[in-house]
Amino acid sequence: MSLLQSTQFRPDPSANATRRALIRTWPEFQNPAAWLVALILVIMPLIANGFFLIEIFATTLILGVIALSLMFLAGYGGMVSLMQLTIAGFAGYMVAVFGVSGNANISLGWPWWLATPMALALATLFGTLGGALAVRTEGIYTIMITLAIGAAFYYFTNQNWAIFNGHTGINTVATPHFWGVDWRADIAFYYVTLGVAAICYFAVQYVSRAPFGLALQGVRDNPRRMAALGFNPNAHRIAAYAFAAFIAALGGVLQVWNYRQISPGSVSVGACIDVLIIAVVGGITRPIGPFIGALIFVLLRTFALDVLIKFGLDGNRFRLLIGLGFLAIVFWSSDGVIGLWDRWRRRSASWTQRSGGGRHG
Amino acid sequence: MARFIERHPAWALIVIIAVAVLLWLVFAIWPPGLEAAIGRKRVFLNAVLNGITLGGLYFLVASGFTLIFGLMRNVNLAHGSLYLFGGYIGYAISTWTGSWILSFIVAFIAAALVGVILQLAVFRRMEGQDLRQTMVTIGLSIVFADLMLWVFGGDFYQVQTPSWLIGPVQLPLLTAIKSSGEPVYLQYPLVRLVIFAASVVIGVAMWLALNRTRIGMIVRAGVDDRDILAATGVRIQLVFVLVFALGAGLAGIAGVVGGTFQSLSPGEDTRFLLASLVVVIVGGMGSIPGAALGAVIIGLAEQLGSVYIPTYAIVVTFLIMVVVLALRPQGLLARR
Repeated sequence: MSLLQSTQFRPDPSANATRRALIRTWPEFQNPAAWLVALILVIMPLIANGFFLIEIFATTLILGVIALSLMFLAGYGGMVSLMQLTIAGFAGYMVAVFGVSGNANISLGWPWWLATPMALALATLFGTLGGALAVRTEGIYTIMITLAIGAAFYYFTNQNWAIFNGHTGINTVATPHFWGVDWRADIAFYYVTLGVAAICYFAVQYVSRAPFGLALQGVRDNPRRMAALGFNPNAHRIAAYAFAAFIAALGGVLQVWNYRQISPGSVSVGACIDVLIIAVVGGITRPIGPFIGALIFVLLRTFALDVLIKFGLDGNRFRLLIGLGFLAIVFWSSDGVIGLWDRWRRRSASWTQRSGGGRHG
Repeated sequence: MARFIERHPAWALIVIIAVAVLLWLVFAIWPPGLEAAIGRKRVFLNAVLNGITLGGLYFLVASGFTLIFGLMRNVNLAHGSLYLFGGYIGYAISTWTGSWILSFIVAFIAAALVGVILQLAVFRRMEGQDLRQTMVTIGLSIVFADLMLWVFGGDFYQVQTPSWLIGPVQLPLLTAIKSSGEPVYLQYPLVRLVIFAASVVIGVAMWLALNRTRIGMIVRAGVDDRDILAATGVRIQLVFVLVFALGAGLAGIAGVVGGTFQSLSPGEDTRFLLASLVVVIVGGMGSIPGAALGAVIIGLAEQLGSVYIPTYAIVVTFLIMVVVLALRPQGLLARR
């Protein structure tokens, strides 16, 4: 009774405190633009037809998830890993190998609810082992070692016929089908990718503010001081690789369900570098960056051909355009499109302030 | 050498046994039991020689890479593009003039010029920002790859071997004894041996230039401490440009060699970038002898692997890298 009374009499401070704590943990909830974007994404199937829904938005979300794992490592851990796509591709291969596919001599034919967790677990293990290898050295070496891992995996899938079926890859991979819904049908699949992307986004956002994420950022800024404080820098780094590997693996599973096939081309060195480009162009300081980068990349990849031809240029020079755009971003804005946007907002804000002040004076 | 044996007796023993076994496999006439177990000796010898000569090619690519990294801390991921560019230039020159030697010279100069332009126009502006420089080299490699695809298309090219180098040569290595008691010697393509000898000469010349000349002394001092060297009044930017030109030029030469040994096509840039990365990780960053050792190890592993375990050959290369990183993260011959 007294308990009830006390809650009745002093409801405001505690409610306020929880609300403030909620806002401190999830600042997005106060941003009207974030709500607008979320609303548009949820009602997207009403706006876009099948082509745009899958080829543009679902693909963007999948690539965004894979690039998000790189953003987590690079932005919060200071480790630029080029093997995130390799982990995703490994997860995709594992789905195809353990699940059902057109290559009956390779696939084990497990149901999807068994094959998918297995693929996620194995890919996470793969990424953790790769990370444990990469943290043996520091800084710029990380790029080299992870690139070597990625390239070795690409050549291995090309050579190996017993598990990876050589350069033809594995085709007609089965997708989940339960509760009377075909989850690879356009609208259902879009919501699956949107759900996974949202979970990954908020998970990264949450971890970045959790004690582990803060310690990781400390390790990024000054590993020696963190070690002196009693933290184990390498353990934090490997844990970060494990977390990022799980996110990349989720993206990889979605990707293999999207294309229904996987081949060495999906894990080529160029594709690994594309993920880096996506993350860097979007911006590696905040989790929203990779999704913006992925949208730009997918739009360019899909429409560059038509646009280039319209301007009377050779349509096959799409990669040249991507490369030059990437160079421009690296040259002029170290934190990508987000950085440009922030700078533009700050400049316009200071400009209005100055002009406002001038009027008052 | 003596110090290494003193400090790591167990490792020294393993290395000595491995070298002894290899020498025995190369020079002895194999007993029939061994031939039954792992195949003919001729196949093995060919794989070993292919591996060593491939190692020579890898050394040419990786030595430039490691030199640039050692001095400027610039991980040049466009190094594979310089290799392919040199190869295409060499191919164009050799088909145009018919001179194989000239194609080397022009490829060296062309690749070195690209290197100079890169250093002056790009990397000089972002000195000390390792990550940004690396990102720029990634962007450049994409742009170069697409430009070369534009100009040369997706075809395979092979640089014509000059007539005086065509054909096999008999080596004083026994492969078998015929039933009539007549010894059988190994036949091996002359061009590969000549190119291997040339890469050894280049390696020795580089070692001499680094260790016995004034400019080499400056470069070594720059590898150790760039800032103090600049403070002593050395025109370090000039040294950077020279080293970058040399590294890029070596990649260009390697491109012509690769175009003669194998073939040139889009995708070769990535292959040789990977090779130089692994060679340099295994051998030790910034160390020329390390690049030589790593190149021979990786070349041998690749060729022996592709003969004896064809579908897992790349895994052997990769495992070597993993073992080296686990036991000696700085590389086999790095000083730190």
